Amino acid sequence: MSLDVQKLHKEFSGDDPQNGSTVALQDISFSAAKGSFISFIGPSGCGKTTMLRILSGLETATSGTVSINGVAVSSQWKYAGYVFQEYALFPWRTVIDNIAFGLDVRGVSRKERKERAMEFVEKFGLAGFEDKYPAALSGGMQQRVAIARTLINDPEIVLMDEPFGALDSQTRSLMQQFLLDVWQQSDKTVLFITHNIDEAVYLSQTVYGISSRPGTIGLTVPIDMPYPRDVTSDAFNNYRREILNFLDSQHRRT
Amino acid sequence: MEIFTGIRDLVLQGLPRGNTLVLHILYSLLRVACGFLLAVVTAVPLGIILGWSKSLRETVAPVVELFRPIPPLAWIPIAILWFGIGLKSAAFIIFLGCFFPILLSTISGVLSVERILVDAARTLGADDRDVFVKVLIPGATPSIYTGLRIGLGIGWMTLVAAEFTGVKSGYGLGYMIMTARDIQRPDLVVAGMAVIGLTGFLLDVLIRFFENRSLAWRK
Repeated sequence: MSLDVQKLHKEFSGDDPQNGSTVALQDISFSAAKGSFISFIGPSGCGKTTMLRILSGLETATSGTVSINGVAVSSQWKYAGYVFQEYALFPWRTVIDNIAFGLDVRGVSRKERKERAMEFVEKFGLAGFEDKYPAALSGGMQQRVAIARTLINDPEIVLMDEPFGALDSQTRSLMQQFLLDVWQQSDKTVLFITHNIDEAVYLSQTVYGISSRPGTIGLTVPIDMPYPRDVTSDAFNNYRREILNFLDSQHRRT
Repeated sequence: MEIFTGIRDLVLQGLPRGNTLVLHILYSLLRVACGFLLAVVTAVPLGIILGWSKSLRETVAPVVELFRPIPPLAWIPIAILWFGIGLKSAAFIIFLGCFFPILLSTISGVLSVERILVDAARTLGADDRDVFVKVLIPGATPSIYTGLRIGLGIGWMTLVAAEFTGVKSGYGLGYMIMTARDIQRPDLVVAGMAVIGLTGFLLDVLIRFFENRSLAWRK
């Protein structure tokens, strides 16, 4: 399943009529082959999150098209799962009930829900915690619950909005490795937002740099390195430098 | 000391004679239960809808704020006019006392549900009904419980006044206190007050029991 985004445009009409509207996204075009891993990197407020929210159906674009396998889809499409930086777990549901939420709203029977959610509990290293509430879990575990909750719905595309941004660096690299494992064992397309250059280069096949105000794709870097990547290699450093230069130019501009 | 002998007299002999304390309590509980439950089944759903829809909230809020400051007791003449003297009018007065705290805390409970949880539910395939039942209601529950506790407290406080006038069966703690006043027995008045305080306390313990059971996730 391939994703094709053409000239995505988003304006917010501000509350202040004198200011007019703010252009959040302008002419965002890219495509993603089935099973690819793509990162978007850019300064805060550049519209990365807005783009992901449009792709998830939480918001609608002012103009532009999103196509799946060459067919344009309306804004409320159901192919995408969303992983939030803040985990967004339901605090009143136990780990297993959080993971099973998508099955619950689809009317899957309690027994089958439990069985299928339990598979994810095992696979995501959450065994023994299935009956705990999210508040009792560490940040890394909470995010694993959130990823499991998204993947149990079997989405074609997984949208991840700075999923590891709130984690300490140790947990963060463990989670990156974990995510790569999950991704490589699946055929999911991952769109990943980050403002961590190392993370983008370590994980993705392609990194897009987003410039700010209006958000538009200002840099395209295909990362041509085999997995697992050596973060100390020259090649890795060259990619880092290229992206860093782009981000610096963005900061100078603003 | 006189309070205890007062309570003993109320339990054994009753006031008026034969109408014992247990029956007074049961009648009062019945009235509070009717008024309170009526308030719960109306204020909670309404509160969730108003918490959800900004436009409805802004339309209905002025109406609510217009009625809210009117003391339940001021409704007694109207209540008697509409429902006559008896259970219905007493329950109505108590309903008015319970309704607003439950409504307002339900609204604020829904407003306190983090927006991102609704977004998360949507991206996981939830429709409007799922969002209501599986996100807004559980998310608002802690606040709803606070409203239930305040509402029941006010309802219980309103009870005595409601029973001053809206009773013809000859039972009820408020009625009992008025009778004690009429026959000039301050010991029985105070004994009645103590019973009201104690019963109200036990009702709150009961609600807190359910609260702690259904909100285990908060710890």
